[in-house]
Amino acid sequence: MAESICRLLRDGALEGEHAPALTIKDSIASPFGFHVFAHVLSQLSSFILAGKSQSRGLVVVCFSRSPSFYLELLKNKGIDVVSSDKRIQTLDCYSDPLGWKSRLTETGNFMACSHETSISRTTNVFKDVKHMDKLYNSIVELGKGLVGGGKIRFSVAIDSVDEMLRHASMSSVSGLLSKLRSHDQVSSIFWLLHSDLHEAKVTAVLEYLSSMVAGLEPLHQPANGQRGDMENFSLIEHNLKKGKFHVRFKRRNGRVRVMVQFSLQLSEKERIDKANVVLPFEHQGNGKPIQIYDGRRSLADSKHERPVGATETVQTSEDSGRGEIIYYRDSDDEMPDSDEDPDDDLDI
Amino acid sequence: MNQRSSNLLDEALGLDQTIEPWPLRGRAVVIEDRVETSGSFVLHHLLKRSLSPNSSNVSIFIAFAQPFSHYDRILRKLGCNLVLQRDNSRFFFFDMLMLQCPGGHEGITPEGGLIALYGKIHKTILALPEVSRKNVSIIIDDLSLMEVAVNGSSDYVLDFLHYCRTLTSEFDCSLITLNHEDIYSSADRPTFLLQMEYLADILIKAEPLATGLATDVHGQLTVLSKSMNYGQESSRNNTSNFHFKVKENIVECFYPGSRG
Repeated sequence: MAESICRLLRDGALEGEHAPALTIKDSIASPFGFHVFAHVLSQLSSFILAGKSQSRGLVVVCFSRSPSFYLELLKNKGIDVVSSDKRIQTLDCYSDPLGWKSRLTETGNFMACSHETSISRTTNVFKDVKHMDKLYNSIVELGKGLVGGGKIRFSVAIDSVDEMLRHASMSSVSGLLSKLRSHDQVSSIFWLLHSDLHEAKVTAVLEYLSSMVAGLEPLHQPANGQRGDMENFSLIEHNLKKGKFHVRFKRRNGRVRVMVQFSLQLSEKERIDKANVVLPFEHQGNGKPIQIYDGRRSLADSKHERPVGATETVQTSEDSGRGEIIYYRDSDDEMPDSDEDPDDDLDI
Repeated sequence: MNQRSSNLLDEALGLDQTIEPWPLRGRAVVIEDRVETSGSFVLHHLLKRSLSPNSSNVSIFIAFAQPFSHYDRILRKLGCNLVLQRDNSRFFFFDMLMLQCPGGHEGITPEGGLIALYGKIHKTILALPEVSRKNVSIIIDDLSLMEVAVNGSSDYVLDFLHYCRTLTSEFDCSLITLNHEDIYSSADRPTFLLQMEYLADILIKAEPLATGLATDVHGQLTVLSKSMNYGQESSRNNTSNFHFKVKENIVECFYPGSRG
């Protein structure tokens, strides 16, 4: 499911339509939202740097973690932001979001250390997070600085909408997100939200703005009235290792597609077992003919004909010209049991 | 037994092995307690560990709850001389008991008071020798009283904590705070409490037993340690739970049912 999300962000916006927008939401009972955010960030970054995405640049708006954290995160994923041509920039709303350091410097009560004065090629410090208009302008300016003007697009990642909501009103934050979505140079946008920090209507507003909502929930709900219970501790411990991941996609035709996955992480055995599963149309068979009913003829008719085969091993020179089903994966990025819907681009 | 009992908490926090470099560097530790189970002993224990003779760690203690003499008396019972540490510039005590930030008082606003406090912490760290700058623990006792000091504005407290958090990134400081869970948990939406839990890299909860009061057990500690390796295969959160008993000079920690 995470791959589906990343592909949609990678493919970006269609002409005349808003950019795809993803809300990643979690709660303290299942605090895996940042893991998902980090995964999507690294995937989209690698797509951008490989030239496989619609967007040609990425602006990471950093509220909850420092820009250097994200550079390190991407570096650990094999994405060297510094040495690659400038495709990724960070807008630093973390180091001095309210301008305290500037105010202290003015009164002579602050001296920046060498770490703070070093100017990174990949980050820009923003000191006025209470003003969403200024923040919007800074994001767009940074994005245009990456990709230039014209029709080339960039993507935006915001690591904490919660911090934005702490400093500005719901209407101004939703206004910023809406303007970014509708900007003709924004290819895709995604953000992280801790749903239990806000009223339900705030979460609802952000979900309405999104074309995808990825939610993380605990597998087991601990009973609030039983704090301090050992059984409750076991549930908490279990929930900190596994969770329920569900994604809601809003299709262009107005329909909604929901996918649910249990367990965010596979054990080694589970991974091996999964890799050993042979899927239909990738079946090599055991040398015997494989009979597959394709729905166009009656079964009775098909009995008198040579069954269609779907593998290289059953294909011979005698079989050339007969019906075969050969399955090719869309890309090397696609996992064997990819959940991509091949009819997803239909607009009926 | 004493050696073993302190190690359960130390084990959970990674303090049972070497403490140089300080295992909690770069991490935010939030201690949550309740009226029935004070978590102050955890704060004292971490202060004592950070001032261990085997480390070069420096502690900056922001005190809203008690005067210096209180902590000095407690830490002496634990075998740590705060006066000596203060004289050796390993312990800096910021007495905030008299901090008052009424609006408009001599131009000091609630926010202004915390801005000045942040500036003072930053200046103290910068003044340290290079070798000590990477081993600083900022300890705050406690957040609910800080909120009182700024006229009840939890937003200012969160802003201040954010700036303290930036110090963990800039200088690899550890940030250790104490918060009273039952003050905030009764609210319809305990936002401040949740904000702190999201901020924490390590969350330590001191709670009463579900079975009620006991003479041999004073409560239980739950330590939730979040993984710092996002997106890595080894990314795992760690949890541990054990009981504790607070004695005159030491706190005993033990697994449930292990006390005869």
